[in-house]
Amino acid sequence: MTRYSAWSLLRAGLSGQRTWTPAWREGKPRKRYQAVIIGGGGHGLATAYYLASKHGMKDIAVLERGWIGGGNTGRNTTVIRSNYFFPESTRFYDFSLSLYEGLSRELNYNIMFSRRGMWTFAHDRHGVEMLRRSVNAMRLNGADAEYHEGADVLRRIPGLNPTPRFPILAGLLQPRGGTARHDAVAWGYARAADRLGVDIIQNCEVTGFDIREGRITGVQTSLGDIAAERVGLAVAGHSSVMAKRAGFRLPIVSYALQAFVSEPMKPVLDTVVLAPSTGTYLSQSDKGEIVVGGTLDLFPSYAQRGSLPVLEHTAAGLIDLFPHFSRVRLLRQWAGIVDVVHDSTPILGESPVKGLYLNCGWGTGGFKAIPGGGFCLAHHIATGEAYPLAAPFSLDRFRTGALIDEAAASGIAH
Amino acid sequence: MLLIDCPWCGPRAESEFRCGGESPIVRPAAPASTDDTAWADYMFYRDNVKGLGFERWHHRFGCGLWFNVARDTVSHRILAVYGMTDPRPVLESEA
Ligand SMILES: Cc1cc2nc3c(=O)[nH]c(=O)nc-3n(C[C@H](O)[C@H](O)[C@H](O)COP(=O)(O)OP(=O)(O)OC[C@H]3O[C@@H](n4cnc5c(N)ncnc54)[C@H](O)[C@@H]3O)c2cc1C
Ligand SMILES: [Zn+2]
Repeated sequence: MTRYSAWSLLRAGLSGQRTWTPAWREGKPRKRYQAVIIGGGGHGLATAYYLASKHGMKDIAVLERGWIGGGNTGRNTTVIRSNYFFPESTRFYDFSLSLYEGLSRELNYNIMFSRRGMWTFAHDRHGVEMLRRSVNAMRLNGADAEYHEGADVLRRIPGLNPTPRFPILAGLLQPRGGTARHDAVAWGYARAADRLGVDIIQNCEVTGFDIREGRITGVQTSLGDIAAERVGLAVAGHSSVMAKRAGFRLPIVSYALQAFVSEPMKPVLDTVVLAPSTGTYLSQSDKGEIVVGGTLDLFPSYAQRGSLPVLEHTAAGLIDLFPHFSRVRLLRQWAGIVDVVHDSTPILGESPVKGLYLNCGWGTGGFKAIPGGGFCLAHHIATGEAYPLAAPFSLDRFRTGALIDEAAASGIAH
Repeated sequence: MLLIDCPWCGPRAESEFRCGGESPIVRPAAPASTDDTAWADYMFYRDNVKGLGFERWHHRFGCGLWFNVARDTVSHRILAVYGMTDPRPVLESEA
């Protein structure tokens, strides 16, 4: 496989782009692997990549029921940030953000990470107090955060409505926040993992588990049985479905989260904006589309489409913030099925079945966590012990009561 | 958009309602002798089914009634609406 460089681009350009080879091999799964990762989203692919690159495990397969990146990883609005509240969360998400910062180079794949900053607004006195508290908490926890008065926010974000229905009294800016190209994150990890020998098997659905005396021995798939003593489960909204096949339940509810994009426009918005009053958030893609997300459709769902009232509410929120977008046409709208847990904190680590490890509970915010989630799960699978950053995210916290209740604190909308 | 048949008001738009999650979830009968695992199970663990699910809904911006709904979580088709304390109906698709 060719390494991407200015030289290889030039050379391929001169020969009419006909010299490129596929970024990863296609093939049939073998009968046995040292480790199998279920789910070819960002988390599954990153886990496989770090198993190979950091722990020297080469004998790994990623099994994906559809195509890699076809789940939430390819459906999300790509906001990367670490503006959480509790030390455990900020530490983890900031670690993930810092991995993102070096990822294009590490993977030799341009993931188009754009550190354009992210704003969260406050619309009333209590919101302002909470925002100040968030800024202080983030700083104490070592993340970057700036507090700005409303007038300053308006000055810094051209086009923002000076008199919206919910006034903008203040803003929290995380300058290191930003966006990345979602597909590129999946493809970049896939290509880098493939180069280290990982088999990436698409169109391979895991339909069951082989479990002997509480320990995993393999998985059943649409392409036959595969033996493996270590299995990672990274299937986002389908975690409960898979857990049931392995004989246990999870503290997860699956919801549809939708997003939409406008037709492409000239650059008008150079940052990411979140307005908690309406739950609307937006950014502009490099292609020029305004990418808009909103709140969850608040009833359990496994249908990858959104409901109209939430779309309407989100669009109204968008126009309240940026009235001049009112005549912009929407091109596409879609949804992904997200795995929401009670405390909006991920689940990473052991499951009730020995050898079966969990990576789930990311809910509406796991894109930013892909490098960190993959890194920590790989560590756990390879060494049998939780990576210190991920230790607080064990499934056991629901029994011990050590929840990390980010729902109220981090400004995530649900 | 779901069209939900409130037992009191009749068919109304989804936006008038709020989903109250899975049903029935039964609170442990003897709290003092319930261990942490059973409490966690009651509080947080859910079937979260793909397909036919049973859940509570609240006609929040309407009559205020709570009731049960049998709904397919993939097609979103509502198969039955029944009272809060009524037993779960046996549906054709289950038979
Ligand atoms: C509309 C929307 C907007 C979002 N916005 C953001 C955002 O701005 N920032 C952010 O950080 N996060 C965001 N998220 C959340 C983020 O997308 C997810 O948390 C993250 O992508 C989860 O990655 P994953 O690899 O765990 O899951 P996925 O990418 O969903 O991958 C799981 C994979 O498992 C596969 N699978 C399922 N069952 C099986 C089976 N039986 N056998 C084999 N494979 C199976 C699926 O096909 C899928 O490809 C958003 C999500 C949505 C839906
Ligand atoms: Zn009613």
